[in-house]
Amino acid sequence: MTRLPVNANGLLDPSDAKRAITDRTILISIMHGNNEIGTMQPIAEIGAIARERGITFHTDAVQTFGRVPLTVNGLNVDLLSASAHKIYGPKGVGFLYIRKGTRIQPFMHGGDQEGGRRASTHNVPGIVGMGKAVELAMRDVDAEAVRLTAMRDRMIQGILGNIEHSQLNGHPSLRLPNNINVSIKYVEGESLLLSLDMEGVACSTGSACTSSSLEASHVLMAIGLPHETAHGSLRFTLGRQTREEDIEYVIGILPGIARRLRAMSPLYKNKNQATA
Amino acid sequence: MMEQYSEKVMDHFRNPRNVGEIENTDGVGKVGNPVCGDIMELQIKVKDGVIVDARFKTFGCGAAIATSSMVTELIRNKTIDEASKISNRAVAEALGGLPPIKMHCSVLAEEALTKAIEDYHKKRDGSL
Ligand code: FES
Repeated sequence: MTRLPVNANGLLDPSDAKRAITDRTILISIMHGNNEIGTMQPIAEIGAIARERGITFHTDAVQTFGRVPLTVNGLNVDLLSASAHKIYGPKGVGFLYIRKGTRIQPFMHGGDQEGGRRASTHNVPGIVGMGKAVELAMRDVDAEAVRLTAMRDRMIQGILGNIEHSQLNGHPSLRLPNNINVSIKYVEGESLLLSLDMEGVACSTGSACTSSSLEASHVLMAIGLPHETAHGSLRFTLGRQTREEDIEYVIGILPGIARRLRAMSPLYKNKNQATA
Repeated sequence: MMEQYSEKVMDHFRNPRNVGEIENTDGVGKVGNPVCGDIMELQIKVKDGVIVDARFKTFGCGAAIATSSMVTELIRNKTIDEASKISNRAVAEALGGLPPIKMHCSVLAEEALTKAIEDYHKKRDGSL
């Protein structure tokens, strides 16, 4: 198995994918949108390369299906997987799209459900729930993507514009409509998280302090963030219930929280001395 | 994580005591946490063998900030001797306990204290 590198925005270069192909390559699998930093990969381009070489191409569209308008033909994929709970459906159910003519090995044996492709009794309530969730998501996907993208960009601009030494993680425009990932330098993510929680805002961080392994997010490390910057990362996820007021509320309270924690930070002090 | 922190921890996180630095400090303890990469700086002011002031700056999680704050409280008005006996467990206990995974953050506070006292001894011996 060959792993492909990403650049500082978390973006894959299709020419890297092309170069990595050997005559033993049987499958290319690329995540469409990254759940942490939001970066969306050039799936259609890579799909075109895979097709040219006759290689089966899979994308993990868990973050994008139902959230950004997409078609399997537009993306040039043979296989696409998605999950119901990401589009407000029930947990524990998802689907795999298989293009006609694509042959797969079943990973669960012992029953001939789903044409022998996946053994085990159908989860009927889950399937029905997912069907309804997909129906609703598809009805609104275009408008919702536009609405979320506008709020996302407002929030990014509001945070970066009001807090010095903050940065966006992930790609600025090739990005999930609902994902904001920023680093507030010189402060640690869990203390940011707790402070926001006290003000009624739920988010997550890639800080080592919040992971059970006490290691920083591997995604943030892969895009080359220094430890300190990964420490101060915050991820906000927007959804159906998010309103513009919510965005303005966060933009309003975050600078004060950053100021308070920076006043406590030995790194921030050093930083000021360095530039003074 | 918030649910795992005691009331006391959250109180010290919300209103940390003795944040800052001391002018003409008598001892500085600066330590980094090898586990998750966090940093604490503790400064003490000593008069006649008694710690009359203690201040901290910490880059770290809620537990790190709370233990830093608590340690400054615990050593104030203590003799150097008494202060040097305070362990990370004592700090954690004073906070009503810490989640197991956060115990290492209290080690940071103990180490900073040890270093500050060492630095105090060094400075004093040097100026004699
Ligand atoms: S300082 Fe990192 S977990 Fe406490």
